[in-house]
Amino acid sequence: MQELLDLAQGFSVALTLPNIGFMLVGIILGVLIGVLPGLGGANGVAILLPLTFSMNPTSAIIMLSCIYWGALFGGAITSILFNIPGEPWSVATTFDGFPMAQQGKAAQALTAAFTSSFVGAFFAVLLITFLAPLLAKFALKFGPPEFFAVQLLTFCSFVGMSKEPPAKTIAAMMLGFALAAVGMDSVTGQLRMTFGVPEMLKGFDFLIAVIGLFGIGEILLTMEEGLAFKGKSARISPKIVWETWGELLKHWKLFLRSTAIGCWMGITPGGATPASFMSYGMAQRMSKDPKGFGKGRIEGVVAPETAAHAAGTSALLPMLTLGIPGSPTAAVLLGGLLIWGLQPGPMMFVEQKEFVWGLIASMYLGNLVGLIVVLTTVPWWAAMLRIPFAVIAPVIIVICAVGAYTVHSSMFDVWLMLVFGVVGYLFKKLKYPLAPLVLALVLGDMAESSFRQAMLLSQGKLSIFWSNPLVGSLTALALTMLLWPVVQRFTSRQPRTALGSVGTTQPAKSDIGGSV
Amino acid sequence: MNTEQDARSAVIGTRWPEVAVAVLLQAIAALVIIDSRRVGIDWADDGPRAGYFPFYVGLLLFGAATWVLINALRSWGKLAEFAERGQIKLVISMFIPMVLYVVAVQFLGIYIASIGLIAFFMIRHGKYKLPLTAAVSLGVPLLLFVVFERWFLVPLPKGPVEAFFGY
Repeated sequence: MQELLDLAQGFSVALTLPNIGFMLVGIILGVLIGVLPGLGGANGVAILLPLTFSMNPTSAIIMLSCIYWGALFGGAITSILFNIPGEPWSVATTFDGFPMAQQGKAAQALTAAFTSSFVGAFFAVLLITFLAPLLAKFALKFGPPEFFAVQLLTFCSFVGMSKEPPAKTIAAMMLGFALAAVGMDSVTGQLRMTFGVPEMLKGFDFLIAVIGLFGIGEILLTMEEGLAFKGKSARISPKIVWETWGELLKHWKLFLRSTAIGCWMGITPGGATPASFMSYGMAQRMSKDPKGFGKGRIEGVVAPETAAHAAGTSALLPMLTLGIPGSPTAAVLLGGLLIWGLQPGPMMFVEQKEFVWGLIASMYLGNLVGLIVVLTTVPWWAAMLRIPFAVIAPVIIVICAVGAYTVHSSMFDVWLMLVFGVVGYLFKKLKYPLAPLVLALVLGDMAESSFRQAMLLSQGKLSIFWSNPLVGSLTALALTMLLWPVVQRFTSRQPRTALGSVGTTQPAKSDIGGSV
Repeated sequence: MNTEQDARSAVIGTRWPEVAVAVLLQAIAALVIIDSRRVGIDWADDGPRAGYFPFYVGLLLFGAATWVLINALRSWGKLAEFAERGQIKLVISMFIPMVLYVVAVQFLGIYIASIGLIAFFMIRHGKYKLPLTAAVSLGVPLLLFVVFERWFLVPLPKGPVEAFFGY
């Protein structure tokens, strides 16, 4: 029950007038980011991060996390009204959301999407509330080998869970680690891979990488599509909201299942995108009318949205308790915490109690505020999307350049952003996953130092990763995840388990997602 | 900046971009391995040297890139689409102004460069008339100026024109 007391205290931190104001600003900026092409949760937060340096950390992180919730909500608007997934995790929402809009049921689809988002996030926050303190307490016992094993688990899960080919996942990840190693080695002080270029001394900042990969890369991809935004308009009336809620109550089992999938995929860094596909696939499979999917069934909106939000939210659980983010956006938030001098991890729950619980309380409030904001302002966002790309694109390029420059006030970073933009475009086209690259860039130093400390403890013997039951089981789990694709290939002869069929249940249409 | 040429040479098939990226990754891996060996990949008195961890990262990157390369060569005959020629042209028509924009930011400051970029896009791709173009291309940098320089006190790159006005 200690959690409830802490949470109540957190609410008293989050419920001050300025913080509620920041929440609103954050949500509105977030929806804007989610709606516009080329700006997404991760790079949106990265661009706005330097602006929050002068704020107090609690307000800043409340605003930034609300941007994240807003972006999650915003993705649904474009998918349903315009058949353009604003975010990769809302690709699955287009399958049934857009047909619903075509049938004149846009308001129902939007209400269903927003409500499911809220429900998914709400359960994930509940999970964080009760699980995070336990996990943090448990993680206090971790030494370097355990930490490295957890990181290994994170990266191995990417290989096992990703729908991209394992070779490309590993290549993207290792590129991230290599880039993270550039600059001064924190242990020996030696310069690595700088090749005499002074700008390389400080290494590659992942914020620049995020802005380039997701922002510039996305703009180039969108340009390729030819840019005809033809959408449906929508106005949501209270009556429709009420009726849709009534209908949604009947799907409570679907909600529970999708939330469970989402939370699982969020904590093990599968991320929101695979979670949404998996949940859609499951819903289709368990439905009495699988053929109706893709033609405008409300379940086809509920399942991916619930799972995506549950995953997006629960990705913050490992970020807060272990310092290991479950998604690129969580990674950017982690970067923000580090800049404010807050070291995420088990100690934060002891030393920065007020901050942690304020943040958790703001998750409840932020999602509620978000739900109300999006339900009432949908027509404006839809109007926003009618602004032609010829106006939006250069403005977004300018915003990205500003964002990249302000991180370190360095022109070199702006050039770097362009290079990362090209890399992002090529990687997206060739189906290299970007998330592992970003996470490896963020966690590279941390993973390296825990690996080196572990090696010091064991005098260079890898057997330290099996030296006690805890680290041993973590390592074993990591290797299982790594070899998951192989296991899957052998067991796919007898299709039984739900998890084993992730790859096969994805609807054939998912190649739309390749272009997003 | 090798990668932008890859996009240009990619006409339709995905093979050449695939091979080019894999080879580029191999080259990066080779750099990582060579530099790690330079700083030392073995143990010193006080523990592992600076190249100890990156060395293995380089090896894995090289391995993964080679794996991708082999896969690409094995499915050489199966033509997968990278992009159409027209699409590539559109992307390039977007990318070149972007590069020029960054050059302009470096020398003229971000405000003047942004006016140019937005105006160029609106006239060239959007076929807008002058008044609206002027309104948007002047309005956005002005908004940036107010938000960053005035409100949040974050300086952005400035050039001779701003200097003339005393900034």
